[in-house]
Amino acid sequence: MAALVLPDLDVDPRTLGDGEAALTAFLRGLPGVDRVGNERRAAQLATRSLKQDTKRALIDLAIRTVDLTTLEGADTPARVRSLCARALRPDPADAEVPPVAAVCVYPDLVATAAEAVAGSSVRVAAVATAFPSGRASRTVKLTDTREAVAAGADEIDMVIDRGAFLSGRYGAVADEIRAVKEVCGDAHLKVILETGELATYDNVRRASWLALIAGADTIKTSTGKVSPAATHPVALVMLQAVRDFHLMTGERRGVKVAGGIRTTKDALRHLVLVNETVGADWLTPDRYRIGASGLLTDLLLQRQKLRTGVYGSADRVTLD
Amino acid sequence: MSRFPLDLGSPGWEYAPAPEARTVARLDAGAQGRLFIGGTWQDAADGATFPTHSPATDEHLADVALAGGTDVDRAVAAARAALPAWSGLPGAERAKLLFRLARMLQERAREFAVLEVLDNGKPIRETRDFDVPTAAAHLFHHAGWADKLDHAGLGPAPRPVGVVGAIVPWNFPLLMLAWKVAPALASGSTVVLKPAETTPLTALRFAELCEQADLPPGVLNVVTGAGATGAALVRHPGVDKIAFTGSTAVGKDIQRTLAGTDRRLTLELGGKAANIVFADAPIDETIEGIVDGIFFNQGHVCCAGSRLLVEEPVHDLVVERLTRRIGTLRLGDPLDKNTDVGAINSPAQLARIRELADVGEAEGAQRWTADCPLPERGNWFPPTVFTGVSQSSRIAQEEIFGPVLSVLTFRTPDEAVTKANNTPYGLSAGIWTEKGARILWMADRLRAGVVWANTFNRFDPASPFGGVKESGFGREGGRQGLHAYLEPSADRGGIDG
Repeated sequence: MAALVLPDLDVDPRTLGDGEAALTAFLRGLPGVDRVGNERRAAQLATRSLKQDTKRALIDLAIRTVDLTTLEGADTPARVRSLCARALRPDPADAEVPPVAAVCVYPDLVATAAEAVAGSSVRVAAVATAFPSGRASRTVKLTDTREAVAAGADEIDMVIDRGAFLSGRYGAVADEIRAVKEVCGDAHLKVILETGELATYDNVRRASWLALIAGADTIKTSTGKVSPAATHPVALVMLQAVRDFHLMTGERRGVKVAGGIRTTKDALRHLVLVNETVGADWLTPDRYRIGASGLLTDLLLQRQKLRTGVYGSADRVTLD
Repeated sequence: MSRFPLDLGSPGWEYAPAPEARTVARLDAGAQGRLFIGGTWQDAADGATFPTHSPATDEHLADVALAGGTDVDRAVAAARAALPAWSGLPGAERAKLLFRLARMLQERAREFAVLEVLDNGKPIRETRDFDVPTAAAHLFHHAGWADKLDHAGLGPAPRPVGVVGAIVPWNFPLLMLAWKVAPALASGSTVVLKPAETTPLTALRFAELCEQADLPPGVLNVVTGAGATGAALVRHPGVDKIAFTGSTAVGKDIQRTLAGTDRRLTLELGGKAANIVFADAPIDETIEGIVDGIFFNQGHVCCAGSRLLVEEPVHDLVVERLTRRIGTLRLGDPLDKNTDVGAINSPAQLARIRELADVGEAEGAQRWTADCPLPERGNWFPPTVFTGVSQSSRIAQEEIFGPVLSVLTFRTPDEAVTKANNTPYGLSAGIWTEKGARILWMADRLRAGVVWANTFNRFDPASPFGGVKESGFGREGGRQGLHAYLEPSADRGGIDG
């Protein structure tokens, strides 16, 4: 029978070793996720009512946790510079608005972004490892990562090999994460699970633990190229993994939700999930990120609305 | 560089107050506090009244007419007088009125939700998301039955049971009303409703709704009062059926009173449900289910999962996770939209909960109480868990009807079944396991009217709810529930020989 692994707080999953058998046994021993119950809990937390000071503070927190993202074939250095300017000062009219956490770009634009945000708190994140599909050789993926780091990326957003994961080759997925982690050096590694392709919450839980065990600094829901992406129930399962990993090892790893988060209301509901699942220690850009492009506009408009009572036109905030 | 102005120390931010506006409850509404008999609002014959208070603040909400024998007589006579015309209406016409009531209740959902919070003490999150929508769902469901009674399983043209005396409890005042009134009206029966002494306000507001919906006078009558009013209704020879939800002790009294008469009876009484957790349960959802099972409505739920049976190897894990989770429950102002746990309904109930909790401690169980501040005014009891509880302990046997969970362990599925069934009650049970075959095996053996698998405290108008053993008899909801308000037609004997 699959043993319930979690009760035994003496187990340190980081010491399972590199063997695939031990890893597979561990992942298969994780408790299941009941779909109905999980979605119900996520829906229940979505009814939390955020007012006044709480809402004000959370909008600013949401802005501080944004990874402002552009991942288009049509991206140009000029567009990336414009994005960086917005990341540094989201609202030119209001210096009180904090900068976002990071800008997230393709590897070939890292140098441009790094130059644009140099000397600020804004970090540069690069999607690497043949993002978004991850369908390339290990050599290509590692080269992709190396080049991004060399160009000045502070953070690497890698994708897991979903094909390997879905066919049960957990060892291969873990090896690849370890290999990428190694070439990351000091860069912070975010591991994208692409939960929309994993299909079940049980898989999301297993992939989360797999990534944490293999050394992910942060586990991330999605590339943004596949739907569904950062749903509340998926975020809940990943937060539970990070919470339980902390209970077992004492380490606090991060979570990044990305894909489909466009409104302040949705972003704040994600923050409620964080608050009530892992607690305040994760309410910081060091451990929590929201990957988004359009969200920032609504956050700024909602922020203005709290001050003026009026929800302005999108023309009232700068788009890039 | 942190500019976050809130305290970042665990367990997170404080939610700014988000109170629902109490003015929508219209506490000063005109008809407030009078009896609704034969379509008119009346004071009690002797002018007597009783007060009703907000359990969360002790605030005096209203004085309500105390119905005596004369008033009950009048109400039963009004229901009797209304019966021929109401039962003679085409089913589709009764359906129309029930659909109208359901829609009006939805339209005024906020008003009913807030009024229920004020009178009962439960959180607005529950009245808004559960009590009122589920009450409306029962009205909709039974509206659909009103013109399809031929298909209820009792043969063609079943007859209404007649005048129904409905006595409902204080834990779900509006919802229990709907559970009884909806099928009664659909069947063509008429109703004299006696709400609970501590929570009369939503029943009176519902009577107002009936008046505005043009429900014919006398089809629904509301007599407010305490035990004596209920007893007068139970004893009344003009009543054809009593539908009672409440305590087992009162239920037994009612059954004694009705013994030897031709008056029908359904009883939905107490419970001491086992919530059974196997080692392979989906742990995070199980913890949520345990919390829902016992802290929903402050544990004022007859089917509450008040006995947690945990497979021994995961006992410590479950208790650790459970107490951690309970620590995040928000107790306080029930009108605040972020409140999870509200007030205890009455000082008497609070005293009962305190007494049994003290007994649990005296009997040697370990008491754990959530570290949450209690408001100074009102009736409050913090979420509490007892571990090391033995099967013979009073807190494992007696219904506490409060936010108190008793944790026991088992080693095998057989032992779980034996312990779960070892109670005078038999209302509900819960099973948590990822094994489908085990769920079915357990459900076959559990002596309970309702068995939930990997969930708890879920209700649907199409699903019959009710108990076995000292939890009562009869079902509410579904076709079985409808049968309690119908009799096979007179000519059925001819057809069946």
